[in-house]
Amino acid sequence: MSDFAVRVENVTKTFRVYTDRNQSLKSAIIARGRNKFEEFVAVDDVSLEIPRGITFGLLGHNGSGKSTLLKCIARILTPNSGKITVDGRLAAMLEVGSGFHPNLTGRENVYLNGAILGMSKKEIDRKFDAIIDFSGVERFIDQPVKNYSSGMYVRLGFAVAIHVEPDILLVDEVLAVGDMQFQEKCTEKFSELKADGRTVVVVSHAHDLMRTFCDEVAWLQNGRVIETGDAMGIVDAYANKEHRARKVESGGVRFGSGESYVTKLEWIVDGVDTRTCHTGDEVTIRAHYQSEIEIERPIFGTSLDSREGVFVWGHHSRDAGYVVSSIKPGTGSIDVRIPSLPLRPGTFDVSFSIQDRTGTHVYDALQRAIRIDVLTGTPIESGGIMTFGSSFENIQPPRPIAAG
Amino acid sequence: MVNPPFSAEVRGAITLTWTLALREVRAQYNRTALGRLWSLVNPLVTIATYSLVFGLILAGQAPPGINSKLHFFSLWIAVGLVTWTFLSSSIAAGMSALLGNAGLLTKVHFPRVVLVVSAVIAKAATFLTELSVIMVIVAAIVGPKIFLMIPVLVVFIILLAVFCTGVALTLSIVVIWFRDIEHLWGLFSQVWMYASGVVFPVTLVASASTRLFQDGISINGQPIPLLAVFRANPAEQFIEAFRALIYDFALPNWDIWLMTTLWACGSLTIGTLVFRAKQARIVEEL
Repeated sequence: MSDFAVRVENVTKTFRVYTDRNQSLKSAIIARGRNKFEEFVAVDDVSLEIPRGITFGLLGHNGSGKSTLLKCIARILTPNSGKITVDGRLAAMLEVGSGFHPNLTGRENVYLNGAILGMSKKEIDRKFDAIIDFSGVERFIDQPVKNYSSGMYVRLGFAVAIHVEPDILLVDEVLAVGDMQFQEKCTEKFSELKADGRTVVVVSHAHDLMRTFCDEVAWLQNGRVIETGDAMGIVDAYANKEHRARKVESGGVRFGSGESYVTKLEWIVDGVDTRTCHTGDEVTIRAHYQSEIEIERPIFGTSLDSREGVFVWGHHSRDAGYVVSSIKPGTGSIDVRIPSLPLRPGTFDVSFSIQDRTGTHVYDALQRAIRIDVLTGTPIESGGIMTFGSSFENIQPPRPIAAG
Repeated sequence: MVNPPFSAEVRGAITLTWTLALREVRAQYNRTALGRLWSLVNPLVTIATYSLVFGLILAGQAPPGINSKLHFFSLWIAVGLVTWTFLSSSIAAGMSALLGNAGLLTKVHFPRVVLVVSAVIAKAATFLTELSVIMVIVAAIVGPKIFLMIPVLVVFIILLAVFCTGVALTLSIVVIWFRDIEHLWGLFSQVWMYASGVVFPVTLVASASTRLFQDGISINGQPIPLLAVFRANPAEQFIEAFRALIYDFALPNWDIWLMTTLWACGSLTIGTLVFRAKQARIVEEL
């Protein structure tokens, strides 16, 4: 018995990215196999050792190669080079219920899916009641699964997968299935697996979850391992890096004719450009611009969107009655002052634009340029995006106020 | 803890093959009023049509059964047709088994070959039902002597299934890279059916060859070897074998034994080689 559940040695996996995909005979004959493609290196010479009995996370952005690596470990993909040694029975939960046949009943599908995941009929017989119990769909077990709600479908799939009771369980972003009650059941089951000394490998980009769930993580970027080790430290480093990356990228999308453009956007609290602030803070949005031409009576506009995409607020200089006669070629900046930030804790994106005097021509619109996190400050109000600085009063008939 | 022994993996694959084949069979006629009866209604209607068109209208004649003394065009057609249907439908099903289960292939690891084999087995289940019905009818007409043929019949069913699996394995890979094949197959199998003597006896081909020669159409002064070409067709060989067993109550000729075995082995070898060579890339090309 080795100390490692999974050993990944110098694994490289490339994909062919076809620029002009041909999958028809005609094009194959005409193009004479000149199928244009580029090799894309998804996993680049990765070596890892996943110790037995721990929960191990693969952390990284989309496209960092974490899911490809997981699929290689699950033997769904075959690496171009390198070696993966898996010590023990392995089950992957990449998309639960993917083997379900809509026309068959829940019962038949449990047997089918169990067989696909490598269980024998006897084994499924033995675990059948536990699976049904766990899934909570016993009332519908003899109905075709096409009549199931998506939640029931996923729950049954998850129940089968987790009852394979593998030595090594691979999980890909499926922790967020079902309702709260079911999630609790899953978490419980995961800790049970852990207590039994089984190994769990999770892929996610949800770092808050990784932080609490995993013992160790590997941080992947562009197909390479940046760092492996204790979850807490690496997740924090990852989160920080991600934050800085946002700022540098200067975000989202930009459009406009470009004679004049925003070079930098600042979110200033207490004189410091920051990405975190509190409800009620006095904030200055400072836009640095560079102009190639002179623009008469330009309109500067700014807006905030919530991370979920709600357009929270927008304002521009003409409505504000702040009309500048012109800006000259060169650089400069302009401030938008918010006396007391009326946003509840959350994440928001800031956009900024420069337009001509009529508002019909866009020189530059820098959308979602920076992302800011609003933390709890004052006032504290209960829900939604906004704070109004509201208060409760005037109870009728009058009663003494017990606390306030 | 060591890796599960090889045999356990093979056993798992076999279980899975059966389960998947069963899934196909169960799901096929699910929620239809006639259920499994449909698997008999389909061939019956086709047999009736062909009997009418080729037997009655075109006055097709089947040679009388050698030992059975059967002289029954519909039964003669029926044996050929169910054999052909199994051959063409199992290849078609096996061929699209990988594409059709893309969702499964990209999410779970299991021996990929299982999908193709189980598709062929599911079709074999239908084939067996149809064969049994034909045999019961023959037994009712001629007598239970036909059941003596069952052991040999089993050998040929296995040979045919192996042949189909081999072709399906090859095509299931080819179709991933060239999706056209699926449509091309539809056309090809139509031509193939007529080239396999499903609806007319081999004697007609021989006489057509002679007639052409008499009309002065020849290659280097020799008759066009239509018959030889016709008999080089594996489907024709298999159909002849099944006709010999069920219609004639006779063992197939030695050359049919030899040819069908060669075809089955050759097809499976090529299929396995192609599948082995390309299976690692299946998932990323889907």
